[in-house]
Amino acid sequence: MNAINSVTGAKADVKQNLEVADNQVTVGSCFTEAPKMTMRNVNVFYDDKQAIHDVSVDIAKHEVIAMIGPSGCGKSTFLRSLNRMNDTVESCRVEGEICMDGENLYAPKLDVVELRARVGMVFQKPNPFPKSIYDNVAYGPKIHGLADTRVDLDEIVENSLRKASLWEEVKERLHQSGTGLSGGQQQRLCIARAIAVSPEVILMDEPCSALDPIATAKIEELIEELSQNFTIAIVTHSMQQAARVSHRTAYFHLGRLIEVNPTEQVFTMPEHELTEAYITGRFG
Amino acid sequence: MTKPVSTPVNNLEKIRKSLGRRNRSERLFRWYGRLAIFIGLAAVTVLFTDIVSKGHGAFRIAYLQLDVEYNQDLIGVDNLSDPKQLILANWQAVPKQALREQFPDVSGRSDKRKLYGLVSNGAGFDLKDRLLANPLLLGTQEKVWILADDDIDTYYKSWLDGEPYAARLSDKQVKWIGELHDQGKIRLQFNSNLFTRGDSREPEQAGIRGAVMGSLFTLLLTLMLSFPIGVAAAIYLEEFAPKNRWTDFIEVNINNLAAVPSIIFGLLGLAIFINFFHVPRSVPIVGGLVLTLMTLPTIIITSRASIKSVPPSIREAALGMGASKYQMVLHHVLPLALPGMLTGAIIGMAQALGESAPLLMIGMIAFIVDIPGGFSDPATVLPVQIFLWADSPERAFIEKTSAAIMVLLSFLIVMNTSAVWLRKRLERRW
Ligand SMILES: Nc1ncnc2c1ncn2[C@@H]1O[C@H](COP(=O)(O)OP(=O)(O)O)[C@@H](O)[C@H]1O
Ligand SMILES: [Mg+2]
Repeated sequence: MNAINSVTGAKADVKQNLEVADNQVTVGSCFTEAPKMTMRNVNVFYDDKQAIHDVSVDIAKHEVIAMIGPSGCGKSTFLRSLNRMNDTVESCRVEGEICMDGENLYAPKLDVVELRARVGMVFQKPNPFPKSIYDNVAYGPKIHGLADTRVDLDEIVENSLRKASLWEEVKERLHQSGTGLSGGQQQRLCIARAIAVSPEVILMDEPCSALDPIATAKIEELIEELSQNFTIAIVTHSMQQAARVSHRTAYFHLGRLIEVNPTEQVFTMPEHELTEAYITGRFG
Repeated sequence: MTKPVSTPVNNLEKIRKSLGRRNRSERLFRWYGRLAIFIGLAAVTVLFTDIVSKGHGAFRIAYLQLDVEYNQDLIGVDNLSDPKQLILANWQAVPKQALREQFPDVSGRSDKRKLYGLVSNGAGFDLKDRLLANPLLLGTQEKVWILADDDIDTYYKSWLDGEPYAARLSDKQVKWIGELHDQGKIRLQFNSNLFTRGDSREPEQAGIRGAVMGSLFTLLLTLMLSFPIGVAAAIYLEEFAPKNRWTDFIEVNINNLAAVPSIIFGLLGLAIFINFFHVPRSVPIVGGLVLTLMTLPTIIITSRASIKSVPPSIREAALGMGASKYQMVLHHVLPLALPGMLTGAIIGMAQALGESAPLLMIGMIAFIVDIPGGFSDPATVLPVQIFLWADSPERAFIEKTSAAIMVLLSFLIVMNTSAVWLRKRLERRW
């Protein structure tokens, strides 16, 4: 009985703090020098419902930024507005400025096909095409015309699979279906597919939430390696994962960006009390 | 009102008590299910046995063996390459003379007429075809099997079965058949005419080839039009069209269209294609157009369902890789939805194959002897042929009707089986 009371007490505290959060500015170090992507005053709506409120943040080149927060707080929505995947949701509307290398991604003349070749995405549930492993990885290079010859294409496929640490496991069965792999292998195949077109940024939306701990460890290792060549934004519901793989961590709460700081600091000395409440497990 | 205390022990008792009742209703339900399936199967069995028992006889037909002489004077032909002579020739004289020789003591006009009635009215033309294929036979004699008249055929089969039906024969004809039978000069042979000829007023000469070809041309056109149009409409509605009141309106009306009785499509075809655009009547072109109207909703609805069943994660994966919407559809959605679409198309075609009402409206019920060779030749279709034969007074058409139904049913069974097979075969799981 006592325990229950204390939990509801904590919830009430948080509610009170949220009233303040309405005109809340993000605390911490949102902005970086020489950013790869810059977001300024981003608002995202589903019909009349606002899912993202006035978010401004930078993503530095070759950094791994983790986005954490309670479910429903808008992490996926924000991530999906970075490669305009939200365009596919009819009710969704994005306001504000999102730039990559200074170029506005929502400018009318920008082609989403080109954008998505530059900003790759890995989804929550592994979603390989029901085609062969080879064809999965070769798909991007093929549609974007990146390989002139079959030899080039073979090379791209092999390199991508190697970078996704999948090559050794699948080199004997490149022409078997990608859907026949285990969950963790499927997710690494999706990563290989995404990096086959050499994107500049890779977005990952809870890439490990459908995987077992061993497969998760492999992907986390992989993210670390990839960060040498790619800029990565990863949404995760696991704080340990954010702590392990990311350089900076952004904490979202009810559609607002509360705090952005170097990961170590967020998990040891969070600046904002909501962040602290979340990482100490008082709600989530 | 005090609630009984629920303890583990008395809960268990309650559960046990309810268990008996639950098991009983389950058993009862199983028996209802079995009964329903039994009734269904029994109905199908009765239908099939009835059709097969009536129709199997039509696949064999009576032939008489006669000594024929291809006598130039008798026929009135000495040069087989002269078309004029061929037209004026008296082909039926050959079997008639052969019959007179077989039964030399028949005399008198009416007896002779009865004697000639043993063979088909078309027997002379069959001999003509034989002669044209083999011109050296002119002037020679040979033993050939000649198609019997339909009344003879009916009688002979019923007599073999032990319940002779002689209502349409005279005593003399019955006696002659008995003699021929004793000499081994009448027998049942495979009825190839049934599959190689068009319709005829003479039951023994009538075949379903014309109707089968008519159905083939009509369905071919239906498939060529309705599949691409239906699939394109389904893809557009599912993947490209904005979801608003207009598309809702279109969706509702496609469903309405699927529920329209087929005869209405026939009337529409009559009004539009024949009366307005002046396309000729009775041709597969109009039939195909009308059946296209009828099958389109089926194909659109099944295609949309199979597009919907493609998981959205595949679409996201493709778009996330930078595929355009068109590439997403062409490379991923379409290949995965195709088996379902084909299944829908086959089922739509099976429906169209069995359809007769709308085709009656556009004149595909005409009596057509020639086998159609294209989309613009007058034709009829299998179900209409069945209707025509079922409506004919000659007794021999009874078994022919059933035989045609057997052919139609076997087409339908093949189509539906292949639809099921295709679905099982190409169905993907993820
Ligand atoms: N397609 C959608 N249509 C309408 N509302 C949506 C849609 N997707 C997400 N939302 C809403 O937007 C908010 C943020 O969702 P989401 O970004 O998925 O959160 P998270 O990924 O952090 O769990 C939620 O309140 C959710 O209900
Ligand atoms: Mg999410």
